Amino acid sequence: MWSFHQIADFINDWLNQRFNPTWVTVIEMIITGILVISLFAVLGLVLVIMERKVSAWIQIRLGPNRVGPKGMFQSLADTLKLLVKEGMTPTGSDKFLFNLAPYIAMIVAMLLMAPLAFARNFQMWDMNIGVLYITAISSVSVISVLIAGWSSNNKYSLMGAMRAGAQIVSYELSAGLSILAVVVLTGSLNINEIIQSQANGWWIFKGHIPAIIAFVTFIIAVTAETNRAPFDLAEAESELTAGFHTEYSGMKFALFFLAEYVNVFIVCALGAILFFGGWMPFHIGNWQGFNHVMDFIPSSIWFFGKTFFLIFLIMWFRWTFPRLRIDQLLNLEWKYLLPISMFNILLVTAMAIGGWHF
Amino acid sequence: MIEDTAITEKGDLTINIGPQHPATHGVLHLAVTLNGETIKKVEPHLGYIHRSIEKMCESLTYRQFIYVTSRMDYLSAHINNHACALCVEKGMQIEVPERAQVIRVLMDELTRIASHELWWGAMAMDLGAFTPFFHAFRERETINDIMEETCGARLTMNYMVPGGVMADIHPNFQRKVKDFIKLYKQKIKEYDELLTGNIIFQNRMKGIGYLSAEDAISYGCTGPTARGSGVSSDIRKLYPYEVYDKISFDEILENEGDSFARYLVRIREMNESLKIIEQLIDHIPEGDYQAKTKAVLKLPKGEFYTRVETARGELGVYIVSEGATTPYRIKFRSPGFSNLSALDHMARGSKLGDLVAMMGTLDLVIPDIDR
Amino acid sequence: MRNEELKIKITELLPMASFEEGGEWLNINLDANDWLPFARQMRNNEALFFDYLFCLTCIDWKAHLTMVYHLSSTKYRHTVVVKIKLDRAKPEIETVSRIWKTAEFHEREVYEMFGVNFLNHPDLRLLILPDGWEGKNPMLKDFEDPINMIRL
Repeated sequence: MWSFHQIADFINDWLNQRFNPTWVTVIEMIITGILVISLFAVLGLVLVIMERKVSAWIQIRLGPNRVGPKGMFQSLADTLKLLVKEGMTPTGSDKFLFNLAPYIAMIVAMLLMAPLAFARNFQMWDMNIGVLYITAISSVSVISVLIAGWSSNNKYSLMGAMRAGAQIVSYELSAGLSILAVVVLTGSLNINEIIQSQANGWWIFKGHIPAIIAFVTFIIAVTAETNRAPFDLAEAESELTAGFHTEYSGMKFALFFLAEYVNVFIVCALGAILFFGGWMPFHIGNWQGFNHVMDFIPSSIWFFGKTFFLIFLIMWFRWTFPRLRIDQLLNLEWKYLLPISMFNILLVTAMAIGGWHF
Repeated sequence: MIEDTAITEKGDLTINIGPQHPATHGVLHLAVTLNGETIKKVEPHLGYIHRSIEKMCESLTYRQFIYVTSRMDYLSAHINNHACALCVEKGMQIEVPERAQVIRVLMDELTRIASHELWWGAMAMDLGAFTPFFHAFRERETINDIMEETCGARLTMNYMVPGGVMADIHPNFQRKVKDFIKLYKQKIKEYDELLTGNIIFQNRMKGIGYLSAEDAISYGCTGPTARGSGVSSDIRKLYPYEVYDKISFDEILENEGDSFARYLVRIREMNESLKIIEQLIDHIPEGDYQAKTKAVLKLPKGEFYTRVETARGELGVYIVSEGATTPYRIKFRSPGFSNLSALDHMARGSKLGDLVAMMGTLDLVIPDIDR
Repeated sequence: MRNEELKIKITELLPMASFEEGGEWLNINLDANDWLPFARQMRNNEALFFDYLFCLTCIDWKAHLTMVYHLSSTKYRHTVVVKIKLDRAKPEIETVSRIWKTAEFHEREVYEMFGVNFLNHPDLRLLILPDGWEGKNPMLKDFEDPINMIRL
């Protein structure tokens, strides 16, 4: 049956017959760029409608159900609305930075797509430092928040941006340490190798206790990194109207909005890759028959299924818990999550050396 | 205010919360002086919904002015009307039949539950938990449907008249209320699971907005605001009216004085109201639903004061009459007015996020304050 | 304490107080100059202990203004009403916001509605009325209402 990497190989061969290698690389880069942007757009649409439906069902109501069958085309209508809205730049704001901020958020989100493996042999750039690249580039996203808040010339935005900045920078530590746990078990930063090492079982099962602790801290830390509830003070609607993106309207707001959802997708994809095996089907040790059956389901379905499950989990958090106050949030990170993560690293190292995992 | 005037140093930020703001329930404008995230002073600016109700009532007859008051604290509309009707009855010495008294108390307690439901949902939403709002409104809809059948309206039910109630209860009333009681007993356990026991919620509420008992009395706080600080102030117990002295229910007191204590007081009050409804719903006496009164009411010369317990605290109606068909002067002592004056005292030194939690537990309804 | 005992006790403290009959609570009439020391005694005296001021308002009798204070005690649960006549031309009285903190907002409201000047009030300015209504005193009986906003 058709799989993504067969299509990619076919196109590669076809291009190689027509053009010389430099041109092939350039054309492939253009194709990849277009695919990434369209993936962005599709993801944005799907996640927005998913969020609205999930939130509605949790809140005992139906959600959008008029536009299209079961409301599936609601996001298209939303996109159209945002496109035709007037994009106002407040007077007194720093025009250059004000216009720059959403684009930085988008660029960071797009760059992070590069090392992710969407299906078997289907990866944009299989670099040897995949995981390190992801953590490093996601740190740049805090700049866009700070720039947005500062350049809006608005007290509310400034306060929101300050809070967001402090929050993102703190939680990167815990996120990094929990990622490190899996890296220690695998022995490599390369995304492909991490996935291959889960061929006989996912790390969350093989690495039992320390992996579960790492997963829990990972989920909490990335919820805080992407400014999702219960850590969404930066956009606390009931306190600061809309935090750092109060002054944005129209297309620029759409870009921020989109970048937030794509960020959620990326961190969930990372969680799926590290803890749940990426595109690796659910194998149990050496049960060949069972593994063979699982292999029939295409790897891209496995990958997207796991990612969307984690996205659902993060959305579930948003609609259940109240918000944490800024000092409680930072307390949680520095006094609880960070010591737990550090202790967990010791445990994982001991486990890796002693070979006490499955 | 009376305490040492907060000195505004260089670097302090004054932000305006409201008047249009998702967290202020109604149009309240707070000028908050902040140092970073810490509050130094909170100054309420009122009057955005001032409708000069007191002056208007001087040109309305004793039968007409009652219904203007449902717009004052629209969440306890029945209870406001009840207070005015009681004052007129006190002045004219009208004897209200038993059936009317029981119906009035039932309506009051249903209104109290509905008001606390909305408070619960709105407060959870302010703190960031969006789901309880929908659950709260689902229950409130049941109560509104019951009200609609009997009284004809869902929010400002003009149902009380001096002498009793305007019309008899609908034949379905008793059955629907009994169904509601059964439904509600399960749901109220859900609320504890969803919000009261949640550790994030407790951390946001415990230790915030401390109000000592002496301060509560000095600021004139009543209702759950004062009962959360241990001050016994339930008018239904202290100065019973209608049939409250014949039924058994507890006055809920908590001693910690912080926001969580006020929250618990209101949650348990919902339970107590349910107990009252249960005791009365099967024993509505037969009889008239309205006492025979003259068409045009004229209070004798003098001054009359009645007080009732609304969902927010003590509402006092003070009528000064000169013997005419319209009152000479009416004063409504609204509970929110005094509760709001304690906000500045409670908020100094806390963070901005706590201000939202505190306003939530004070349960302010701005039309009640501005009149 | 019952009304009679209260009457006796208060006459001990302040011989100038006169009492009005009728009404369910004891009505005390006072002069504006005696108000502040009397209020302090009402609050601090152990036997009286009126710590709860639950209603503060003003009535416009066309010849003069009357301030009405409803006081109650949370310990003994007795209630009194204090009435003080003020001169219409120059209504002034001492503030009691340092004794009962609730008086601060209530006195601001009486100031803007009736024009009563509260001496030594920490922050006397408009509370409910918007800017520009200083001096208009809408609750007075001779308030002119040219647009017919209030009367039906």
